[in-house]
Amino acid sequence: MSQLDKKPRLRVATTSLAGCFGCHMSFLDIDEHLFELARLVEFDRSPLTDIKECGPCDIGLIEGGVCNAENVHVLRAFRANCKTLVAVGACAINGGLPAQRNHLELEACLREVYEHREGMDAPGVPNDPELPLLLDKVHPIHEIVRVDYFIPGCPPSGETIWKFLSDLIAGRTPRLSHELLRFD
Amino acid sequence: MNEDLSRLETASERESLRRVVIDPVSRVEGHGKVTLLLDEDDSVREARLHIVEFRGFEVFIQGRPYWEVPVMVQRLCGICPVSHHLAASKALDHVVGGVPLTASAEKLRRLMHYGQILQSHALHFFHLSSPDLLFGFESDVGRRNIVGVAEAHPEIARQGVLLRKFGQEVIRATAGKRIHGTGAVPGGMNRHLSVADHQLLKAEIAQVVEWSRAAVELVKRLHRADPLLYDEFACFDSGFMSIVRDDGAMDLYHGHLRFRDAEGRIIRDRVAEADYRSVICEQVKPWSYMKFPYLRELGPDAGWYKVGPLARVQNCDFIPTIFAEAERREFLAHGEGRPVQATLAYHWARMIEMLHAAEVIRELLDDPDLLAGERMSEGARGREGVGIIEAPRGTLIHHYQVDDDDLVSMCNLIVSTTHNNQAMNTAIRAVANRYLSGRKLTEGLLNHIEVAIRAFDPCLSCATHALGQMPLVLELESADGATLDRLVRD
Ligand code: SF4
Repeated sequence: MSQLDKKPRLRVATTSLAGCFGCHMSFLDIDEHLFELARLVEFDRSPLTDIKECGPCDIGLIEGGVCNAENVHVLRAFRANCKTLVAVGACAINGGLPAQRNHLELEACLREVYEHREGMDAPGVPNDPELPLLLDKVHPIHEIVRVDYFIPGCPPSGETIWKFLSDLIAGRTPRLSHELLRFD
Repeated sequence: MNEDLSRLETASERESLRRVVIDPVSRVEGHGKVTLLLDEDDSVREARLHIVEFRGFEVFIQGRPYWEVPVMVQRLCGICPVSHHLAASKALDHVVGGVPLTASAEKLRRLMHYGQILQSHALHFFHLSSPDLLFGFESDVGRRNIVGVAEAHPEIARQGVLLRKFGQEVIRATAGKRIHGTGAVPGGMNRHLSVADHQLLKAEIAQVVEWSRAAVELVKRLHRADPLLYDEFACFDSGFMSIVRDDGAMDLYHGHLRFRDAEGRIIRDRVAEADYRSVICEQVKPWSYMKFPYLRELGPDAGWYKVGPLARVQNCDFIPTIFAEAERREFLAHGEGRPVQATLAYHWARMIEMLHAAEVIRELLDDPDLLAGERMSEGARGREGVGIIEAPRGTLIHHYQVDDDDLVSMCNLIVSTTHNNQAMNTAIRAVANRYLSGRKLTEGLLNHIEVAIRAFDPCLSCATHALGQMPLVLELESADGATLDRLVRD
């Protein structure tokens, strides 16, 4: 940490709820900008650090929708701690592909995967209390907490994420041009 | 040694024990947690890695048109989407009668796949694991991440970031997007490599091979600096599984299944993709959504195995590229006649594979078939297909049945990380036994457990494709206090 950096660095936390980690990978697709970013911000809780609880932060980036009680807990902790909360990617914004399970009856699916498959030994649906309680639907994060920004895409490109963050960090209103807004 | 560890799976009198939890396991992909149960002497009596997330891909893919599948399944995992994309395409090649592929299609897919191996291995080593190895397992938690590495070892971090970037660019050039692209389709590929992308990649590949060689050197240096730690940390015996080419060569895109026992003897070989179920069984345990596979003929206690780089480098007879093969020989020599079973040797093997991937890409880029030639093949329509590929983390199996209406009627996936489930659980038990038992648990000591898990490069995102259970009652309220979702189960 250089003594020359007078301005206190912004604190950024990130988490993956019911997502595939693709949005985090796209965040790493900012490539060399990562080093630039590291000079401007410091990381709080994130899958990339070993900080396990979210502390007071300036920016929180959320990947994935909400599918279980653990997700609800983490999301609320992020909202309580982050001044600006950002929904990154299709799953956080509308549930994404995991929400395909919303039209299925869970019990039957569970039995199918854990009991009725060929080649299964000791069949039975896992039910240990260590496994977090599931919701019967996958929810977009804005249904549970207030969200300040939404970045679409599955995932949004590294370029898009970089433009958004560099605007936000510089104190500008983030603006994404047409090419940076993608929905695939 | 292993029997002693298996007693740590389930403690007796669990209610009287103290629970310590590592949640979430960090610097891995996906969602997992570790629980430890300790007695009053602080001895660890139980250690479990739980996969706690639930998704349901296998079930909701059923009923979808087969041509959607290679694109859909990528959303299982944003770190190795290409592996799912290609395993599904390989399985569905059989359904459209597209086997064998045209030369262009197979080479383009191989290019995409080895790009994926390169980027994923770089990501795992540099971005996720290197902080433990460069700073020490108990180093300052605030620095133990890629930013800390960039400050202390800027050149290592830079090469890591650029290696991953190159792999991602190979994927973009073949699939259209770095993450969740669309290059492969059942029966072939939907694009050639463009001339512009070809030039771009050609211009950088020599440097990428050199950096990959440097990465292998770096791991060897770490081993030499602390041989005791690297050879003994979380070390335990197991068999190995991977696919190998017909002549025994390492091939990460296509081959037959081979199993070795803990002594390195081949116990099953030449198992065709379509016969995977005749050799692999899966056990369900109530405390994890991830199943526990094993080799059927040896049973659940003796038949589990390791997959991934450590298994592959030792399971093949040779690596068909020059630098990586020389490194493989040096690696085997380290075992002095026995297979290398050390958990931290995964990193060494992984960097050898990264070098191999760079060399394969270099060779492929000289092949004109990437730029022109027939991309699609067609043949008699089938109703079933199995596709097996060596994903960065290990053997990945996709199996589909498709009805005459083109809809998928059955989908079964066994993902790489699932194969390593028992091995990872054994690794954390070995660490708990050796380093944690009887001591005051600090953050740094607990990180030892995570170091062992990280070595396997688990992708817990992939591992959560199956559905889970809801054992309690929950009400979910929206931001304004209204009830959104309510769930009751006994
Ligand atoms: S939006 Fe797409 S890339 Fe992001 S977590 Fe969801 S599936 Fe993965």
